[in-house]
Amino acid sequence: MERVALRGGRVVDPSQDVDDLYDIFIMGGRIASIKPSEEKAPVGEGWLEYDCKGLVVAPGFVDLHTHLREPGEEYKETIRTGTLAAATGGFTTILCMANTTPPNDCEALTRLIKKKAAEEGTVKVHPVGAVTRGLLGRELTDMAELKEAGCVAVSDDGRAVMNTSVMRRALEYAKGLELTLISHCEDLHLKEDGVMNEGFEATRLGLKGIPAQAESIMIAREIELCELTCSRVHIAHVSTRRGVQLIRDAKRRGVNITAEVTPHHLLLTDTQVGYDTDFKMNPPLRSREDVEALREALKDGTIDCIATDHAPHSSIEKDVEFDMAKDGVVGLETAFGVLMRLVHQGVFTLKELVGFLSTQPAGVMGLKCGSLSVGSPADIVVIDTEREWTVEPEAFRSLGRNTPFKGWTLKGKVVKTLVDGRVVHEEE
Amino acid sequence: MRLKRKDILAIEELDRDELEMILSSAQSFKEVSERDIKKVPTLRGRTIINLFYEPSTRTRTAFEIAGKRMSADVINISASVSSVKKGETLKDTAKNLEAMRPDCIVVRHCSAGTAHMLAGLLSCSVINAGDGAHEHPTQALLDIFTIRERLGRVEGLKVLIVGDILHSRVARSNIWGLRNLGAEVTVCGPPTMIPPHIERLGCSVAYHVDDAIADADVIMMLRIQLERQRATLFPSLREYARCWGLSAERLKKAKKDVLIMHPGPVNRGVELSPEVVDGPWSVILEQVTNGVAVRMALFYLLLGDIKED
Repeated sequence: MERVALRGGRVVDPSQDVDDLYDIFIMGGRIASIKPSEEKAPVGEGWLEYDCKGLVVAPGFVDLHTHLREPGEEYKETIRTGTLAAATGGFTTILCMANTTPPNDCEALTRLIKKKAAEEGTVKVHPVGAVTRGLLGRELTDMAELKEAGCVAVSDDGRAVMNTSVMRRALEYAKGLELTLISHCEDLHLKEDGVMNEGFEATRLGLKGIPAQAESIMIAREIELCELTCSRVHIAHVSTRRGVQLIRDAKRRGVNITAEVTPHHLLLTDTQVGYDTDFKMNPPLRSREDVEALREALKDGTIDCIATDHAPHSSIEKDVEFDMAKDGVVGLETAFGVLMRLVHQGVFTLKELVGFLSTQPAGVMGLKCGSLSVGSPADIVVIDTEREWTVEPEAFRSLGRNTPFKGWTLKGKVVKTLVDGRVVHEEE
Repeated sequence: MRLKRKDILAIEELDRDELEMILSSAQSFKEVSERDIKKVPTLRGRTIINLFYEPSTRTRTAFEIAGKRMSADVINISASVSSVKKGETLKDTAKNLEAMRPDCIVVRHCSAGTAHMLAGLLSCSVINAGDGAHEHPTQALLDIFTIRERLGRVEGLKVLIVGDILHSRVARSNIWGLRNLGAEVTVCGPPTMIPPHIERLGCSVAYHVDDAIADADVIMMLRIQLERQRATLFPSLREYARCWGLSAERLKKAKKDVLIMHPGPVNRGVELSPEVVDGPWSVILEQVTNGVAVRMALFYLLLGDIKED
């Protein structure tokens, strides 16, 4: 049995309200014990010891929202490259969305993804099944079979379920299976063919806008449906102040709703778009006011966690006219570094950030990870919070190069990632 | 004399001195078109490519004539927009044209930002001949040239722009240029056609033409572009003409010597009644004449012999 000790690191584990110097001992892929570093607890022969002095040791990150593109669009990303990118960014568990080609709307696809992930993947992959067959918004998928095959949630991410009656039935049916429904909130009629946030920037650039209400109207709908059906919903990539207010009010009323926000919506605004297709994603970058509201919502618990919405595309989709470019940016490898900016600026504490990236998303999906408590799987990140690095898309493990953070100099990097006690990524 | 820039992409980017330089240069080139032999050797040996992804008569012809009157070789390409993976991409087309060593590419495209995209890709000059709903800089230059020629100034004038401001690159370019030169601009149309926060460009907004025309020195009417108004921005052409169209009757409320402008092509009976198009207020054909002079000036200021400096 492999035995690993992480010595002398500053252990930050929101799940146990811990932020102090500890040694972590791993046996059989699980956390065997945690002891204050000052005890200098001896280990026997055969232990692999890592010196973590000056580094932060935290639960491995959990990303509720990635696109791995396999099967069907392997030129954009594969399960192998996507999970390598995840390990590089400190993510030890990821959920992959159903909008592959063909979509993950049946048991066989889910099993294929699980099998590939087991054979070629670096981190733990949990597929998200489709809500409706073919992501067409009409007929429900065989959700019980999807769950049995390994899906931990269902979502038609990328395309809203526009028929309210279908969504009602989906929420009800998923409730019976204890499957969480992740909703991509976007009123497609109101969006029309919009390509960026509606506002002065869109007017100036002559680009068609997507109003904030295209999101908030659907968030309001999901809240109403949750109350109607006594079910629960997780709102994907909230981007607007109006959406935040609706979720906050719903939570106060006791509605069973959770929500996530992406790093780019926490850091960027529509004034940075220009005509750069690496700043084109859905939902679009919003206003400064929205960014402030999203940060506030994370701090007060209205938004539960951060998810990357890692959406790799190739130059075929991105090196074109802005109108015609596909939506999406990669995020797995840059998430922690760019979010550390907010820690350095004093917006969040490091412990809060670790919580948003690990303990809280694990909690949202009821996953047995996101904690360094004894008995937990030894999914761990080791972080150098002082390490400076520059975002160079050419160096990404992901096949996607479509990042709005190109050239950013960041302070804070994941230097080691462990999955079940095994080192799957190490810097230098 | 030469502009210290490679491309003309947007009026937003031009400062007042540059606008003045272009306008005064256009003034001197206008005379060439009045000659018996309408040609000067200024751009001999230069190659200009008109790359048009949208149909155009006026703009493309004006660019072509402008280039030819300056002895440049002008090539016209009418291309259709190809979707991703189907046909050649804009980038590939542009790089292939560049490989033939043109000095300037004039581009019109239905997507905003395409001129910027080409300017970043190519080492030759790029002139924006209209990109989506973004800008149409040469149209604004010829409009401002016409206003100045007719009224002797731009500063302090009240200019009213009526129509589909939301989709209008002509409106955006004119607002930037007219504001920069000190005019007051009001945009007018049904609220469905007024883009959000347009007043941050320095103009005011009116919904009722009758209120807005009274003190206007210039009224620019925009074409109702039926092909762009897929959405229900207004109920019918009949109602649009009634509420926002200019008729001789409605013009009784305007200043006697108001200038009526239109970038063309006119929908007679929709935004302008025939008696207004052909009436004494109209400077629509002068705009077209001046369009050649303005484009000659731009070619000269971008491609002219640098040794003259």
